[in-house]
Amino acid sequence: MNILELKYTIPGDDFTRAGEASSAIKRKLKQMGFPPDLIRNVSIATYEGEINSVIHANGGSVSVSIDDEAVTIVIEDTGKGIPDIEKAMQEGFSTAPDSVRSLGFGAGMGLPNMKKYTDEIHVESQVGKGTKVTMKCRMT
Amino acid sequence: MTIRDISKLLNCKVLGGDDNLEHTVHTACGSDLMSDVLAFVKDQAVLLTGLLNPQVVRTAEMMDIVCIVFVRGKTPSDEVVKLANERNIATLSTTCSMFEACGRLYADGLRGGVLV
Ligand SMILES: Nc1ncnc2c1ncn2[C@@H]1O[C@H](COP(=O)(O)OP(=O)(O)OP(=O)(O)O)[C@@H](O)[C@H]1O
Ligand SMILES: [Mg+2]
Repeated sequence: MNILELKYTIPGDDFTRAGEASSAIKRKLKQMGFPPDLIRNVSIATYEGEINSVIHANGGSVSVSIDDEAVTIVIEDTGKGIPDIEKAMQEGFSTAPDSVRSLGFGAGMGLPNMKKYTDEIHVESQVGKGTKVTMKCRMT
Repeated sequence: MTIRDISKLLNCKVLGGDDNLEHTVHTACGSDLMSDVLAFVKDQAVLLTGLLNPQVVRTAEMMDIVCIVFVRGKTPSDEVVKLANERNIATLSTTCSMFEACGRLYADGLRGGVLV
């Protein structure tokens, strides 16, 4: 049974707004009194995914659903897709242009961080169609 | 070390969060790459950075970072300071370089975060 479901659109045309959805999700989880470690893990994973969908895919959507066992995060976009997912998951791999790097992103650490802070991560992507990242943080 | 101590050690101008100056800081992190910041779990940390965009505040928010120090005399826009105020994150500006600022804090006993 779901305790809560949240869904936000991630606008792709305004980088200054990137992170707003993750911020809203974090505040909601805090209000609901979840453990700080769980909140931090969910926040970081969501934030990295949100930033990716802005810088690599012109925005998308994020949904968070919570049940007794886990917090499940789904971040989806209809952007350019990832040709080699295994490579994209490696620390340091990035195709971000210098313009993105000068904003503080493009270290190739986002997907590895998402993996590190969650219990499960599943990346599906089709070139030219889009990307869907599903992550789970278990309650204990 | 408190945020006030940091402010003194680095001759900072306090941009926002005057009420939080007595908060204790346990760890520090100096970086211009936000994903690097996100790779380390820190407890009551201060972030030193040369970047000025809102994502610096967002990144700090996600990590529960309590204070941001903008190095090399840079000052962010009022909106960025306001965003930090709303999230209860103190903002300071120092004329020190990143190297100098980190060195002074390290010499005074502040240490880095823990790799997950
Ligand atoms: N939603 C996406 N759509 C298209 N490509 C993506 C998407 N997410 C990631 N990628 C690809 O995978 C690479 C690695 O992503 P990752 O988040 O690990 O690093 P980054 O975003 O380049 O840098 P960082 O996250 O450190 O700021 C990206 O450079 C990009 O090529
Ligand atoms: Mg990324």
